[in-house]
Amino acid sequence: MAELRAGGFRQSVENLGRVCAEFIEEFGYYLALTFESFYWVFAGPFKRQPVRFPVVVSQMVEIGIAALPIVFILSFAIGVMLAIQGVHTLKQFGAETQVVLGIALSVTREFGPLITGILVAGRTGSALAARVGTMQVNQEVDALRVMGINPVRYLVSPVLLAMLFMMPLITLFSDFAAMLGGAVYCNLDLGLGYVAYWDQGTAFITPNDVLQGLFKSLVFAVIITLVGVSNGFSVTGGAEGVGRATTRAVVLAICYLVLADMTFTYFLNR
Amino acid sequence: MEPDHAIEVEGLVTHYGARKILDGVDLTIEHGEINIIMGGSGSGKSTLLRHLLGLHTPTEGSIKLLGQDIDKISPSELHDLRTNMGVSFQGGALISSMTVGENVQLPLREHTKLDDSTMGIMARMKLEVVNLGGFEDLMPSELSGGMIKRAALARAIVMDPKMLFFDEPSAGLDPVASSELDDLILKLRDSMQMTIVVVTHELESAFKIADRITVLDQGKILLAGSVEEVKNSSIERVQDLLNRRSRNDEIDADQYMNRLTGGA
Repeated sequence: MAELRAGGFRQSVENLGRVCAEFIEEFGYYLALTFESFYWVFAGPFKRQPVRFPVVVSQMVEIGIAALPIVFILSFAIGVMLAIQGVHTLKQFGAETQVVLGIALSVTREFGPLITGILVAGRTGSALAARVGTMQVNQEVDALRVMGINPVRYLVSPVLLAMLFMMPLITLFSDFAAMLGGAVYCNLDLGLGYVAYWDQGTAFITPNDVLQGLFKSLVFAVIITLVGVSNGFSVTGGAEGVGRATTRAVVLAICYLVLADMTFTYFLNR
Repeated sequence: MEPDHAIEVEGLVTHYGARKILDGVDLTIEHGEINIIMGGSGSGKSTLLRHLLGLHTPTEGSIKLLGQDIDKISPSELHDLRTNMGVSFQGGALISSMTVGENVQLPLREHTKLDDSTMGIMARMKLEVVNLGGFEDLMPSELSGGMIKRAALARAIVMDPKMLFFDEPSAGLDPVASSELDDLILKLRDSMQMTIVVVTHELESAFKIADRITVLDQGKILLAGSVEEVKNSSIERVQDLLNRRSRNDEIDADQYMNRLTGGA
């Protein structure tokens, strides 16, 4: 019996070690992939492997412009919710009008980037994993390589560039949408005018608040791209594998997003 | 200077994980010949092809394509070499988000500075060669299996490569389509003097197009020779393959028991 338990213990330690090793390996792979993607952006033109500008633009449209309606709806709703909760909480102190401060700060510093990140992870992260995964299964990635086309340069670099460019813009858009949501609710509930709301809001927030959100959105852009693409590249086992990779990409990307958000919020506000 | 052989493989040993797949393969393929690599499932023929394409790094041994050792040359030399290689994958491997025409143009777009209309004309010419004229605006998903293979072939030859590789060209094709593809392969050798390597286990097609046949079994080369030499070979495994005979290997009782009990 004791031997059995010792065996079980050894087994769990071994599993723990294996999981850690896998995690470190995956993390190393992310880093290598990031490095390689940037390498091709800068070195590509000299190595006859340029990153094509039209591809970057079409990715920008797909990642950014196509996401705007859904980003608007969700951010607007978040703005309304923040206003409701804020008014409810502040009423106890008779300070409902201060709600604008709460909305403006939490939206620009936290909710704008986070909602955008989660949405883009769901839309683009999953699409990337599915696309690259399907290409891997159909030997399209091999075909690119034997044609002398580096798959990272061709598939990853344009997306990474497009994401780095679009994420801050979508985040700004989300900031505005959420602020608008708050404004509509405050107008209906407190009778606060839109101009007064805008003036109050902009008086409180500093460029630093907005920039903090935008900086996070850049980090999120890298996380979503790499987690999506690397899960796609590591697909084995046909259509089922693609499905698994897609799910994994979204779940992991959102986890890393929230963890990175917490870390950056901590360090940026010390 | 033209190297002596188009492809030279020496002492190639490869592993997949801990499992040894190829065990000391030596292979020489001459310029302008069609060499068929034959063997049963699991004989390592697909692995050999993937190594010839430079998709994996071998454990031991060297592979020289057009006189250049693909594991020793610089990335830029490998890049140049790859513009001299065309590959037709088993499932075609057309990029599914692009039309047939864009797929065929892809190597031109990435490796040349030709203008769009020239690339369009070149792509259409190659599509005509494979009897797919007028199909350039369709998506790969709208094509039949045989058409996908032919479109993939058009893409493989669009740069007029010196070497052409096929992975199971007739797999999944009806006899007529497969015979047409064979004719096309012969035409390419005769009109463009390409060196062609075909991995297949289709005997009929192999005998029809081969200049030389390499028979692979369990990671080793059993026999390399002309069609006649292979047909008349006295090696039992070769005859098994040719006559569709089942393997009649003696079973080692101890090993068998060991496998069944999982080595306990």
